[in-house]
Amino acid sequence: MEATGIGVWGVPLAIFAGAVRVSTPFIFVSLGEAITERSGRINLGLEGTLVFGAMTAYGVAVMTLSPWLGVLAAMAVGACLGLLHGFICKFPKVNDIAIGIAMMQFGLGLAFFLGKPFIQPAAPKLPAIAFGAWSNLPQIQAALNINVLFLIGAALALLLWWAFRNTRVGLILRVVGDSSDAARAMGLNPDTVRLLATAAGGALAAIGGAYLSLYYPGSWNEGISSGQGLMAVALVIFARWNPIGCFLAALLFGGAGALGPALQSVGVTKGYYLFYAAPYVLTLVIMVATSSPTRSLAGAPGALSITK
Amino acid sequence: MTKLLHASHAISRRAFLQSSAAGAAVASLAPGLLLSPAAAQSVLTVGFIYVGPKDDYGYNQAHAEGAAAIKALAGVTVVEEENVPEAIDVQKTMESMINLDGATLVFPTSFGYFDPHMLEMAKKYPDIQFRHCGGLWQEGKHPGNTGSYFGYIGQGQYLNGIAAGYATKSKKIGFVAAKPIPQVLQNINSFLLGARSVDPAITCQVIFTGEWSLAVKEAEATNALVDQGADVITCHVDSPKVVVETGADRGAFICGYHANQSPLAPEKYLTGAEWAWGNVYTDFVKKAQAGEKLGNFVRGGLKEGFVKMSPLGPAVAEEARKKFEATLAEIMAGGFSVFKGSIKDNKGKVVVAEGQSFAEDAIELESMDYLVEGVVGSTA
Repeated sequence: MEATGIGVWGVPLAIFAGAVRVSTPFIFVSLGEAITERSGRINLGLEGTLVFGAMTAYGVAVMTLSPWLGVLAAMAVGACLGLLHGFICKFPKVNDIAIGIAMMQFGLGLAFFLGKPFIQPAAPKLPAIAFGAWSNLPQIQAALNINVLFLIGAALALLLWWAFRNTRVGLILRVVGDSSDAARAMGLNPDTVRLLATAAGGALAAIGGAYLSLYYPGSWNEGISSGQGLMAVALVIFARWNPIGCFLAALLFGGAGALGPALQSVGVTKGYYLFYAAPYVLTLVIMVATSSPTRSLAGAPGALSITK
Repeated sequence: MTKLLHASHAISRRAFLQSSAAGAAVASLAPGLLLSPAAAQSVLTVGFIYVGPKDDYGYNQAHAEGAAAIKALAGVTVVEEENVPEAIDVQKTMESMINLDGATLVFPTSFGYFDPHMLEMAKKYPDIQFRHCGGLWQEGKHPGNTGSYFGYIGQGQYLNGIAAGYATKSKKIGFVAAKPIPQVLQNINSFLLGARSVDPAITCQVIFTGEWSLAVKEAEATNALVDQGADVITCHVDSPKVVVETGADRGAFICGYHANQSPLAPEKYLTGAEWAWGNVYTDFVKKAQAGEKLGNFVRGGLKEGFVKMSPLGPAVAEEARKKFEATLAEIMAGGFSVFKGSIKDNKGKVVVAEGQSFAEDAIELESMDYLVEGVVGSTA
């Protein structure tokens, strides 16, 4: 059949499709940040890592014609940025939040500088799986075209949730995150653990960037992220450092972000600036609703500098 | 690069403070003796300021192509800065260009640079010429060393609309727009009026993203339009790349804007309304070099070479090509008006009365605040 409108059903469909399409960078950045913060450190620089990852992935994909090599390269540079952050934070009296802001500007600046030649060329895109092939509605087919990175992100959220509780690595991470002294008493070196956790966080955040430039919206330019990396860092607190919570919060943000365009497309055209604020309003509402005057944030790692 | 530029701002501020203290003293004694650095040389230094990257397949690329055209002229030095926000930053950039590079003609090319940023600088540097792209310069209200230039690209969107009108099967076309300012509204209206000149049953759905460059929102908007059945998409955002690629991926036809995007979607690209700033900038520079007065209010359309159309794509049918070329010829002959009465806005109010018509240079069009009947969308 010829493409025709699907009326108000477009809104829930767009929210669903938007949740899947837009959430992937949030998922990877917030999972990465969850690992880092669980080790007792905050890396605010992930916005820079996200953008630098997007640029690297795009550049490598353009040069090698392989989007997957682009993803790998992004992971490598993301890990390097994480290592740099972790290395600097190792020194006494260094504030991880300040370093994070510096790293963010560094990552952005370097990505803009090195990314100049890649704004014009087109890169091969990451593949998507057509889960909607059963439907004869093109809208549903498009909405169910799900990128593999989204599925990997979902699996990773489950895996991390399980690993934090049930594995030795998870235990080490949590001990270091909750009390440096306890970790030292166990013979662990908190700096090394945090260094590796920040590197892992950086590598994951860079995958989020690769998704932006190689799948959706699928091009490299300097405004590609528009602050998604920062929002994802905030999502981790919102999700109470729980990987599954991060995944759900990312979906919520993705879906809420799709609300504005979807409502306009069905003719609800008044006040679109208000709809565009939906994700932030939602965050505020949930934060207020779940806050408590008597206890501090549940699930916050004890050694985190915001809780110390 | 960003870092270096920030450093140069710092230098410029310091240098400026020193020189303005000394300069003010000298100037008050002998105003005629003080020559700006560039005026002493025979080379004309021209500054270009872009709000985004200059190879964005869009607004900034169109201006940078214009700047590249004047680089080829003898006796001209071009200084450029990209990614300058529409904030106090652009004042610092202008100041750097004037004080450090010796620019005497500055083109701040983004809409939000006009008021208050360029106007402030113009008051501070009365010997420097400022020409802004898109602002509405008014005699008496704005300084004489400033001015604005713009192209009647609405005609181009009208021609886009004709191509779209023949290509659409669903009779629904889509427009991804940034902000509801007059130029954008005029483009949306022209696009629909062009399509309706082919088939009056066509409607145009518009989605505003609220910002000039928001890649993810533009992609979402394009998807939402296609989901609602729009099968020809055009846009007015700074970089149409995302809209063009997303729309073509979803199987919609594309009409381009700002620059030629046909390499991004060779099969689906119908045509596009492009700027031809090279002609405009060359004209300004030639006048400046000859010591003539630069225009304060410079406008032109397809006929004057301010705007051009992308070559028609392979999906354009013969019938469409004929009507497109006939209308283009009519526009080139002069006196063509897209807005001919009677036209109602999409709330039912008559905005162009029966018998009334606005030619492309009608000042009324530059303060347009409505969407015409057949456009689904709202200006607020």
